[in-house]
Amino acid sequence: MERLIFLGGRSIKALLVVFAVIVINFMLIRAAPGDPASILAGEAGAADAAFMEQVRKEYGLDKPLPVQLGLYVRQLASFDFGNSYRENRPVKDIIIERLPATLLLTLSAFVASILIGISLGVAAARRAGTWVDSLITAVSLIFFAMPLFWIGLLAIVLFSVQLGWLPAYGMASVGAGLTGLEAVLDVAWHLILPACTLGLFYVAVYTRVTRASAIEVMEQDFVKTARSKGVSERRIWRHHVLRNAILPVITFGSLQAGHLIGGSVLIETVFAWPGIGRLAFDALFQRDYNLLLAIFFVSAMIVVFINLIADVLYTIADPRIELQT
Amino acid sequence: MKTVNGSFIRELLRQPACVIGLLIMLMVCLAAIAAPWLFPGDPWRMVAAPNLPPLSPGYIFGTDVLGRDVAAGIVHGARVSLLIGCVATLVAVLVGTVLGAFAGYYGGRIDDVIMRFTEIFQTIPSFLLALLLVAIFSPSVYSIVLAIAIVSWPSVTRLVRAEFMSIRTRDYVKAAIVGGQSGTRIVFSQILPNTLSPIVVISSLMVATAILLESAISFLGLGDRNMVSWGFMIGAGRTMIRQNWWLSAIPGMAIFLTVLALNFIGDGFNRALNPRTARKRKVARLIAAMEKGTS
Repeated sequence: MERLIFLGGRSIKALLVVFAVIVINFMLIRAAPGDPASILAGEAGAADAAFMEQVRKEYGLDKPLPVQLGLYVRQLASFDFGNSYRENRPVKDIIIERLPATLLLTLSAFVASILIGISLGVAAARRAGTWVDSLITAVSLIFFAMPLFWIGLLAIVLFSVQLGWLPAYGMASVGAGLTGLEAVLDVAWHLILPACTLGLFYVAVYTRVTRASAIEVMEQDFVKTARSKGVSERRIWRHHVLRNAILPVITFGSLQAGHLIGGSVLIETVFAWPGIGRLAFDALFQRDYNLLLAIFFVSAMIVVFINLIADVLYTIADPRIELQT
Repeated sequence: MKTVNGSFIRELLRQPACVIGLLIMLMVCLAAIAAPWLFPGDPWRMVAAPNLPPLSPGYIFGTDVLGRDVAAGIVHGARVSLLIGCVATLVAVLVGTVLGAFAGYYGGRIDDVIMRFTEIFQTIPSFLLALLLVAIFSPSVYSIVLAIAIVSWPSVTRLVRAEFMSIRTRDYVKAAIVGGQSGTRIVFSQILPNTLSPIVVISSLMVATAILLESAISFLGLGDRNMVSWGFMIGAGRTMIRQNWWLSAIPGMAIFLTVLALNFIGDGFNRALNPRTARKRKVARLIAAMEKGTS
């Protein structure tokens, strides 16, 4: 029951964020220089008069602002983002077409960073004070300070141009006509560089967090007790340290969601990955604000959803958590 | 006061990483200040044959496809990075501190409203919002500073609020309340001075983040067209990456070193300002800088 109230409160907060994003979008369209109708229509000022008139009517631009906001909310609630003037088809269709590529990329980056980060953090904590620990800490500090897109470019130079190990661009080999398992492997092959680059920053984050919290947990009484009872070192790590040390990682996991979406704009641009990040980049330069605002809205929705999942996970992973909303 | 400052500086200089960070930042600042004398004129100017490799005579970092001096771009780019990094941080810290102070001091409804507002901004994908803001208000130094400030104030608010909540129960604050001082006065004259050290620490880290953000915005081609920036140089060199890798590698190195130096300095400040709690704070600070949601 308590958990239900907690999650209910969290859902209300989530709805608040969704509404805030709608208001931000609404305000941005009107704060931008020029006629909001021409922004909603797509191409700045180049739409023909009849079309502009239709847009004005559709969004109620001749009505008072609260009414306009109401119309806008209704439109977004039914996932109607209008037309992309450039591509001359509904924005919704374009996003649905591009979304799977981004989900594949971000999910892979997420899983890779969690697995690698926790392993490195535990490795460093177990050997705290030795050269292994110093090396892992130093490397994670270095990746912490590097621009993501720059690492991507260097990775292309090293692994694609110099060594020729991995493909530099795209999501599949062009014109290879692969099917079945071969096609899947081909995509996986193309996925390695962009996913690793995108996950790298959070590998550094998880390494540092896991190391710090594992060291903290190790000093606590229940670990000492377990040790004095003669529990094997392996078991202590598995059942006592890791389980507690992993809690902050969940907090960061929900944080990472937002960063992954932002990072995918950069990484998809560097690696020509055909997802919504790359789409956002193109929309920026074609001044396709309608498309851009829709991508922003959809991304925010995804992040809100992931945060909710993280909240549920947290209540499961740590039964002691104070369920405050 | 003097002895406090003396021991603070001594404490800073005792940490090798912090000294390295301070030296790097000193060089970056000197380069930024001396740019007009080191490389007079427009850094966009074509001065030599195109595509000279690094260490060519007279052009230590080589030249780009149009024969522009990469070293001139790096030195002039330092100005843009520092300017945008510092001003955006200043704005974010001011806004974040005021909001955090009121939320933490007054609590209750005011706290609720401010924190809900903060959480909204922490949940929204910040880089996308920054891109949107810059694109819609057309790229310029002002719009970039504004965009970075808008996405970075929430972490300051959370930090300052937590500090205020712990300080407002101290005896000297109670004494001031009993003494009849106004809330605003207590906030600014009694509590705020005591929260300065964590604010200083988070500021130095925020400058680093702001520089990274600016470089990403410029890399995507949304930088100020009138100024060379490191991110823009990486983006411009990207098409030639197979042949002239240094065009992207060198400005990236400049960003990396600057951001690393600022991180070192932030850690150093933290240890020097809070010698007893520094170890504990490292985890807390890491989380404070990025965390959101539960508080």
